[in-house]
Amino acid sequence: MNIGMTIYILGIITAFEGVFMLVPTATAAVYHEKQLLLFAIMSLVLIAAGGIITRFKPKNKTLFAKDGFLIVALSWLLMSLFGALPFCISGTIPHFVDAMFEAVSGFTTTGASILHTLEGVPKCMLMWRSFMHWIGGMGVLVFIMAILPLSGGQNMYLMKAESPGPSVGKLVPRVRTTAFLLYAIYFVLTVAEFILLLIGGMPVFDAINIAVATAGTGGFSCDPAGMPYSPFCINVITVFMFLFAANFTFYFLLIRRRFKEAFSEEIRLYLGIIAFAIITIFLDIRHLPMFSGAGEALMHGAFTIGSLLSSTGFATVDFDKWPAYSRTLLVMLMFVGACAGSTGGGIKVSRLIILFKNMTNEFRVMMHPRQVKRVKMDGQQVDGEVIRSVHVYLACYIMIYAVSMLVLSLDHLDLTTNFTAVVATLNNIGPGLNMVGPTSNYDVFTTSSKVVLIFDMLAGRLELFPIVLLLAPSTWKK
Amino acid sequence: MNIIIVGCGKVGRVLAERLNEQGNSITVVDINSVRVNETAERYDVMGIAGDGVNHKTLEEAGVAKADLLIAVTGSDERNLLCCLIAKKAGGCQTIARVRSPQYSDEISYLKEELGLAMVINPEFAAAEEIARLLRFPSALKIDTFVKGRVELLKFKLPEDSPLCDMCVRDIAPKLHCDVLVCTVERGESAYIASGDFHFAPHDVISIIAEPKNALTFFKKIGYKVKSANNALIAGGGDITLYLCKLLEKSGISLTVIEKDSARADLLSDELSDVNIIHDDAANQEMLLREDIDRADAFVTLTNLDEENILLSLYAKSVCNGKIITKINRIEFDSVIEHLDLDAIIYPKNITSDLIVRYVRAMKKTLGTNLETLYQIIKGKVEAAEFIVQEECALTEAPLSQLRLKSGVLVAAISRDRKVLIPRGSDTIRRGDSVVVVTNHLGLHDMNDLLA
Repeated sequence: MNIGMTIYILGIITAFEGVFMLVPTATAAVYHEKQLLLFAIMSLVLIAAGGIITRFKPKNKTLFAKDGFLIVALSWLLMSLFGALPFCISGTIPHFVDAMFEAVSGFTTTGASILHTLEGVPKCMLMWRSFMHWIGGMGVLVFIMAILPLSGGQNMYLMKAESPGPSVGKLVPRVRTTAFLLYAIYFVLTVAEFILLLIGGMPVFDAINIAVATAGTGGFSCDPAGMPYSPFCINVITVFMFLFAANFTFYFLLIRRRFKEAFSEEIRLYLGIIAFAIITIFLDIRHLPMFSGAGEALMHGAFTIGSLLSSTGFATVDFDKWPAYSRTLLVMLMFVGACAGSTGGGIKVSRLIILFKNMTNEFRVMMHPRQVKRVKMDGQQVDGEVIRSVHVYLACYIMIYAVSMLVLSLDHLDLTTNFTAVVATLNNIGPGLNMVGPTSNYDVFTTSSKVVLIFDMLAGRLELFPIVLLLAPSTWKK
Repeated sequence: MNIIIVGCGKVGRVLAERLNEQGNSITVVDINSVRVNETAERYDVMGIAGDGVNHKTLEEAGVAKADLLIAVTGSDERNLLCCLIAKKAGGCQTIARVRSPQYSDEISYLKEELGLAMVINPEFAAAEEIARLLRFPSALKIDTFVKGRVELLKFKLPEDSPLCDMCVRDIAPKLHCDVLVCTVERGESAYIASGDFHFAPHDVISIIAEPKNALTFFKKIGYKVKSANNALIAGGGDITLYLCKLLEKSGISLTVIEKDSARADLLSDELSDVNIIHDDAANQEMLLREDIDRADAFVTLTNLDEENILLSLYAKSVCNGKIITKINRIEFDSVIEHLDLDAIIYPKNITSDLIVRYVRAMKKTLGTNLETLYQIIKGKVEAAEFIVQEECALTEAPLSQLRLKSGVLVAAISRDRKVLIPRGSDTIRRGDSVVVVTNHLGLHDMNDLLA
């Protein structure tokens, strides 16, 4: 692999993380919190360190697919490590693995927390947690690509390794312009949500936090009381959770007025799933005593569906108390996840489409052995390579799932807790059911289980392969 | 600019790479999806798998907003049709590659009638380059500027050259001739020559001069300056056909070796003054029978790069003449360079040079227009000819007072049919053609040279 280039890119990441830390630094300054110095120093040190490392420009700038995977995996580990330091040093989360869990949960936009309560947590720390969602949502390397002219066409390997979905398409010919457009859409949508939340009467600090956390489909809340906001704000958040979980190509095509192409098979199925889930869950929960009426049931039902399908993980109500059908469907939605090319997690709607179509094709071939039939999506042939990689993804997903469950079961918690804890981390959602339900947290697990969940979150956000390849012995064999 | 390239073959890829480096948005179209994916991944361009003559495919590739479409698929007819459709669908400029000799006489008619911006025939361009080399065998490569009034010549210093003890500054006083040394390649590195640069054996040197001054220069440093008297050509493809036609009246006696009997018949019908031998070019006995050891020039133009290289290596061992090798496909440039094969012709680079030049000239410029462009050293140094059409910052002061970027050499100025090798006291004026050698690639306006 290209070690010079790897170190160079890690140096850029370090410097950028320093820049990102200016956000909590500013927050601490505004609220006169004593962590101001900590964040200011960390930020300066990271910028300086990154600056020094990037002084040494590597001669060989060629990157191959393997380098792309490894650089992305290492970048995310490094980012999480630096991101965890403020929690650890300030004493907000004294234990290192806990701090790492919180940071990884932030960057991978999971939103699973080990904090028992947000009471007394400094505002700058809350801001840092939420802002990590925003950076992690679209991907930090994509961000760097949008800003810095990294040379050559090989950047596509980086983008591919960092972006969600089975096949990454470019919006425009150049990677850099594509990255820039993606961030532009991302930024505009975030600001739109922020403004609408302000109109709904949300305090500025909460509005920023919720907006960036929704944008990254993260799910850290910032109020000790959960989500004590007006129905208008709740509905705004619901809509934006759905929006951020849609494929960003959709918005690009809408802007370009290519409406027919915009409503792709994936988007249509995604909308169908939303409609189906809202209607059936509403019918299931409308008479529950926790709601004052059908209107409130609909609002919270839609919110919860948006939260779990988009892998955000906010909770307004304790959906663990809902009837079995709703809880089961919600767990299934967690697996489905968002669209490819969005900021959300999960298996992704387009993968399910490919899996389903390929399955029906195989059935047909079983009956008519000589029939030739290829998988098509939006009228386009799906490459055999993509189909293969989707199957490998699923196999890999199930295996990681099984091993994680086994390790977690050593903690002697119940099956539902373990099962949903892995669902919620591997799909970057946040809350699960039972002991990791919306009203509890992940501190119930032992350190070893937390490490496994950290791995699951990273694997889930980076679409399994980069992290798995980082750990595979064959990658490092000479 | 938005550029669509139809066809991801050798030339298509080179074009995608070079045009993308210069900041254009490229979309490549090819019927073979594997090839499209490979190209798109390697060069940061958008790839569309589909038929380039299909209107829908072109639409998808964004023909409506494209500035230029370049058709370089394997088939001439496809290329022409593709350009026609693109022109109707999007109104963009179009460039087609048309290589078959059956169209070569009608190129200007086709260009006019079909409204094409440019028609390229790489085989013909390659033949022209080979013809120049046969007329002046001491050079490795000859490019011309200002309608042939200025030549850029590349040659290699032998062990015992009188130049070896000199530095660049000594040339004018010691040899009394007006040439300008532009670049020197030594091993892997390339230099834009400054005054105190010392020559060493095996350096590959590029000079710029008027043709007659170049001749004197070569005479003084002990090179042969006569044109080749006879040439042996291995392979009877299209380049050979064009080459023989170009050299018909030059007095060089030509022998062509062609393996395929039908093709040999056709060649002998077309080319009455040329000896056609029907045999495998790799037949050593035949080569000796045709006096390869006494040939002034040996040109390998078979379809196999490997065969060309091998034949040239053999020829080098038996004869002292000029050896020219065509290489089409192989990419191991550094290895080929080590073989020390004398002159090498890369038709795909010739094509991409021509197109890149056109693309750069299309861009709006501030008063200077790009006319000609060559890569002197691949991917490192370019020579470009500009016409200064208006007064601008460049015309205000003598060269020594202009604050040029480093790595820029103003190599020649042509004014009123006279060529001037500029010194510091000379000033660029309106209407001049200026040749610049620089390692800042991707120039399209001379004002970009100012620091």
